[in-house]
Amino acid sequence: MPLALRAYQYSLLAYRRTWRGSLTTTFLYPVLYLAAIGVGLGHLIDHGSRQAVEGVPYIWFLAPGLLAGTAMQIGTNESTFPVMAGIKWLKTYFAMLATPLEVTDVLYGHLLWIVTRVALASGVFLAVMTAFHTVPSAWAAAAFPAAVLTGAAFAAPVMAFSATQETDQSFIMLFRFVVVPLFLFSGTFFPVTQLPGWLQVVARGTPLYQGVSLCRALVLGRLRGWDDLGHAGYLVLMLVAGVLAARVTYRRRLVQ
Amino acid sequence: MPSGDDELVKQHLGGPSDLSRLARAAESTSAPEAGPGAAPEAGPGAGTGAVVQARGLTKRFGDFTAVDSVDFDIQAGEAFGFLGPNGAGKTSTMRMIACLSPVSGGTLRVLGLDPVRDGSRIRSRIGLVPQDDTLDLELTVRDNLYLYGRYFGLPKKQLRERVDQLLEFARLTERADDRVDPLSGGMRRRLTIARALVSSPDLVILDEPTTGLDPQARHLLWDRLYRLKREGVTLVITTHYMDEAEQLCDRLVVMDAGRIAASGSPRELIEQWSTREVVELRFEAEGHETHGRTLADLAERVEVLPDRLLLYTDEGDATLDAVRSRGKSPIAALVRRSTLEDVFLHLTGRSLVD
Repeated sequence: MPLALRAYQYSLLAYRRTWRGSLTTTFLYPVLYLAAIGVGLGHLIDHGSRQAVEGVPYIWFLAPGLLAGTAMQIGTNESTFPVMAGIKWLKTYFAMLATPLEVTDVLYGHLLWIVTRVALASGVFLAVMTAFHTVPSAWAAAAFPAAVLTGAAFAAPVMAFSATQETDQSFIMLFRFVVVPLFLFSGTFFPVTQLPGWLQVVARGTPLYQGVSLCRALVLGRLRGWDDLGHAGYLVLMLVAGVLAARVTYRRRLVQ
Repeated sequence: MPSGDDELVKQHLGGPSDLSRLARAAESTSAPEAGPGAAPEAGPGAGTGAVVQARGLTKRFGDFTAVDSVDFDIQAGEAFGFLGPNGAGKTSTMRMIACLSPVSGGTLRVLGLDPVRDGSRIRSRIGLVPQDDTLDLELTVRDNLYLYGRYFGLPKKQLRERVDQLLEFARLTERADDRVDPLSGGMRRRLTIARALVSSPDLVILDEPTTGLDPQARHLLWDRLYRLKREGVTLVITTHYMDEAEQLCDRLVVMDAGRIAASGSPRELIEQWSTREVVELRFEAEGHETHGRTLADLAERVEVLPDRLLLYTDEGDATLDAVRSRGKSPIAALVRRSTLEDVFLHLTGRSLVD
């Protein structure tokens, strides 16, 4: 068994104890958002038309946005506090490093777990979306890996960042000034065309916009070749750069 | 588990030494080879049977030199100690042996292997008891042991039995399914020691194993370590407690400010660096310095401490009588045997514990 999988087993074992606590954020909240905003608000927005937002009912527009948005939130969340726990609070990383495991095994094992969490949440949400009849296209199945890619693309650089921190104060800043604005303005709840010109340009350059657009294109079956490849490419690049950065910051922090 | 491991499991049934063979087999099939060939590199002193060999070993953190070109050999089956105050470089040395910290200079060979190339392989054959435990407080005692065994790639069924054996050894069987968080310091330390043994290592490294423990916990821990010694496990211990060094270690080095000040068995060190007995005197009026000067001729050596005066002599009672016959009336006086504390004091002019 590759050594990274041995590190992964820790997360599996720990999750067996903590999974109940994660049920609300991982599974319940996204569904509540979909129901409250998608159905409740959507009813008002659609106003009898089935083409209210970019040619589809509002809930069809919203759902893939929430899919990508939730993937980002989970990917980011899991890369902050648990990493600090591994380094400072529980020192689980150090326990691992006294065994045959290397720093990269610890890193990849944890990243793989975060990706697993994102995948679980995305899978359940896609199933809920299907139950809500918001999944018109056969391409929607590909929205699953797209969502996982989105979550992973956020996880890697945030892990790299977390390994440099001494306290969790910066995590709160990260959520307040990065995660929440991205979640609100990346085309999740409304098309970015609604934003003023210059802000639109900015929004189109941000990472969650890529994930949202990609997921939406796949779910609604509106693929546009180069655009969507571009979105995917951006996320892949972000993931790779994040992993490379994490390798550096993890080594610097864990091997002295 | 891949089927290769199942074959190994069928061939070797139970037993601690078989478990370590299984761990090494798991290593060879899954871990990439570190360098050309699998034979251990012939480093300095290869073939002498030394489990750990250091020559000119150095550790630097930026401008600060924590370990300054030290030499030592640790033989198989012995209990070897690094004795010194906080900041002496003991932990830094130990972390290099445990392949956790890269060597800044000199050479180090552990089990005949080079930490730079074979760190992972070395770590698969040693057990570490770190000063801060690094136990997962949220998991149970049993889980902590089991998980650690999985990091070593030990097969599940054998591992479960091994965990039960270790729980026995650590006297933690009743607490096996409790979370670690509420356990006492002594119990946690026993758990950490048990955890270090999960892969049946040839070498166990303990960093300040009894710091922060009450006397009863310390004695229980020493008892467990004696047992390990009797089973032939090589122990490397760092400590700033001289009683621990004297009781547990066959040989030790005295470290101060990154250097080795002296080495040998506890008895050799005391014979070489101190007298057989010590007279401790406490005076009320005047400085101990003054008394020290006037009494200097009564002893082989005099050591002036802020709160006491020490007279080093081979015949403590006779010396004390001589002190009294000079008309001196100390508030307190006692005669005791020399300890490693006295050795350290002589070598460095300071005491082990600040």
